[in-house]
Amino acid sequence: MTYRVLICEPSEIISTGLTEIIQKLPGFDVVSRLDTTEHLNERILTSDINILIINPLLLGYFERNQISQLSKEHPHLVVIALVTNLMDPSWLKSFHGTIEVNDSRLSITNKLNEIVQSNGKQEKVSDDIELSKREIDVLVAVAKGMMNKEIADQMNISIHTVISHRKNITKKTGIKSVAGLTVYAMINGLIEN
Amino acid sequence: MSKTKPISGKTKLAELIASNHRLLQLLSRFGIGLGFGDRSIEEVCRINDVSSELFLIICDIYSDNNYKPNHTDFQHIDMRGLLPYLKASHQYYLEERFPHIEEHLQRIIKASGSKYGPMLSHFYDEYKQEVMQHIQYYEEEVVFPYIEALRKGEKPTSYNINEFRHNHTNIQDTLDDMMNILIKYLPGDILPMERIEISLDIMELSADLSCHSRLEDDVLIPYVESLENALP
Repeated sequence: MTYRVLICEPSEIISTGLTEIIQKLPGFDVVSRLDTTEHLNERILTSDINILIINPLLLGYFERNQISQLSKEHPHLVVIALVTNLMDPSWLKSFHGTIEVNDSRLSITNKLNEIVQSNGKQEKVSDDIELSKREIDVLVAVAKGMMNKEIADQMNISIHTVISHRKNITKKTGIKSVAGLTVYAMINGLIEN
Repeated sequence: MSKTKPISGKTKLAELIASNHRLLQLLSRFGIGLGFGDRSIEEVCRINDVSSELFLIICDIYSDNNYKPNHTDFQHIDMRGLLPYLKASHQYYLEERFPHIEEHLQRIIKASGSKYGPMLSHFYDEYKQEVMQHIQYYEEEVVFPYIEALRKGEKPTSYNINEFRHNHTNIQDTLDDMMNILIKYLPGDILPMERIEISLDIMELSADLSCHSRLEDDVLIPYVESLENALP
C-alpha cells in the first residue's frame, strides 16, 4: 500500500523540501500540505491521510492534550513530529516518531520506514482475536500444569517465546491465572476434563 | 471515581458517603454505626474512637484509584485502627461476600450439568483455598502477630515485612478470570440472569479487593517498615 502523507508546517522552505524528499520514496505520497492547523481534522478525513507530519509548535505548546485528541479522533493515524527547534523531549514522546530539520535524506527514509513498520505490527497483534495454532499448543501445555521451561523444551522454542505466547493468550482471552486458563481450555474442548 | 471537592475532617460524614456510595461499606469495618445524623467526620470518628486521619486515608484510597498516601505522615497518625480495620475487611470477605458469590455459583454449577459443572466447581474450590490461605494463614496467623510484636517493642528475627511484600499474591486476578469465564465462555443458555447477578457481585468485590491490596501495599507495608526501622 501507499501511505498518504499530510505535511503541516508553517515554513514553506521546510515544507517544500520535505515534500521533495518524501515524494521520491517508494510507498509514500504527499497528498496534501497545510501551514496552519485550521482545517487539519477535515483534511485528514477528506484526503484519507495515513501519516501526519506536523510541526509540534502548531499544536500549541501549552495544549499538549491536542495530540491525544488527534489520536482519539483518528485512531489509525500515525503522527510524526517535525522538529525545527529545541523542544522538550518528554513532549515528543507522545508522537509516534520524530523527524528533525537537520536529518539527512537517508535518515528520514529510515525513520519513516521504521515508524510505519512498528505501527503496523502493533495493530496486527491487537486486531487478532483468535488464538494462533502455536498459542493453542502453549495454552494446552499450561493447562496441563507444565512450567515455562518444560514447555520451551518440549516445543523446541526459547522461554522468552513461551512467555510472549502466554502474554498474547492472556491479552486475547482476558484470562490471567493458570486455573482460569485450564477452565478455558476445557470449555473449548482443547483438553479433556 | 474522582472527587469533586476536597474532603476534610470537617466535612459531614453524610456528604462524604453521598460523594461515593462505596464508602458506606467501610463504616462497619471501622465499627461506626449508622444514625450519625449531620455530624462531621471528625465528630463521628471521635465518638467511635477511630483516628479520623486514618479513616480519611482509607476513604481516599477507596475514592481515587491514583491516590497514594504520604508515608511520612504515618509517624504522626494514630495507626492503631489499621489492623482491626484489615481484620474486619477480611472477615467481611470471608463471611459475607464469598459465601454470597458461592451461593450463586452453586446454582450455576448445578445447571451446568456434568460437562461444565465439575470444572467450575474445581476452579472455585481451588480459588477459595487460595483466598483462605492468603487471608487466614498469611495475614492473620503470620503477618499480624508479627506486627503486634513489633508494636510491643519486640523484634522477632524470624520474619520481616519484605517477605510479605514479595509473597503478596494477587487474589483478584483469579476472581476476574472467573467473571470472564462466566460472561464470555460458558454457553449462553445456562442461567443467564444468575450469571449477570454474580458478575455484578464479582465486579464489586474485585474493586473492593483492589483497594484493599493498595491499602496493604501503600499503607500497611510502609507503616510496618517504619516500625521495624524505629527498633534498634
